Amino acid sequence: MIVAYTHVLILAAILFFIGMLCTIARRNLIMILLGLEIMLNAAAVAFVGASLRWQQVEGQVMAIFILAVAAVEVSVGLALIVCIYRQTATVDPACIESKECQLL
Amino acid sequence: MTLYSAVFYLTAVFMIISTGLAVTRNNLVHAVLYLVLSFFGSAVLFFLLGAPLLAALEVIIYAGAIMILFLFIVMMLKVETSEERISTWIHMSAPVLVGAVYLLACIFLVYLSDPAASEPMSAARVHPRDFAEYLFTRHWLAIEMVSLLLLIALIGVLHLGLGRAQPKNTNKGGSP
Repeated sequence: MIVAYTHVLILAAILFFIGMLCTIARRNLIMILLGLEIMLNAAAVAFVGASLRWQQVEGQVMAIFILAVAAVEVSVGLALIVCIYRQTATVDPACIESKECQLL
Repeated sequence: MTLYSAVFYLTAVFMIISTGLAVTRNNLVHAVLYLVLSFFGSAVLFFLLGAPLLAALEVIIYAGAIMILFLFIVMMLKVETSEERISTWIHMSAPVLVGAVYLLACIFLVYLSDPAASEPMSAARVHPRDFAEYLFTRHWLAIEMVSLLLLIALIGVLHLGLGRAQPKNTNKGGSP
């Protein structure tokens, strides 16, 4: 016997919460992308737990699609960050348009 | 408490601590390395929950490929310890508000849901062969769409990488 499904859901919720705070509160494009990764991983954990709870393989199939979409999102996002850094020499989302962002 | 549930709770605490450390680091290399630890923890979790193939893929793709791509970009851009703007209390109030709403909704949903969900689940394991057979017979269209998505991402990244380099080079050549 393993733990209750509720506990898996609570773990996934806490991880999603940490990722969401990282995405909203950090002022660094790379950290924002890391927060998105944490959130996607938390969703995958919830899906795999649901797959065990209902004894269906669907949840694991969804988790494998989440893995693929996360890989695509990271590659495109990092390419965009490299582009932005080449043009503005900053990874702060507020500094992309204005030079006085350090005072904010 | 069985051995499985003990390992589950230990892994859960380990994951929460390492993820929390990852999002609060100022040094981006440390953040990425803590997150790699967290993904190893989630691979152990996938194994416990009966998905050995996903556990292997988590280590290979998430911890091995995606995080190393992050590390590569962080070191290439030389932004390891870039100073972030100082967060004031007013700036932090919006994330805290959103987080409070989210936590309230989570507690509401988890504790008012199906009471059968709080009983321990019986262990099961999906053999990779069965998993692959299910994936490629029932979800072949989605597999094709994901492969198309990967191809489009490849083309898009190539376009981003090549399209920006040329104007800058011509500017450099033309300015002096």
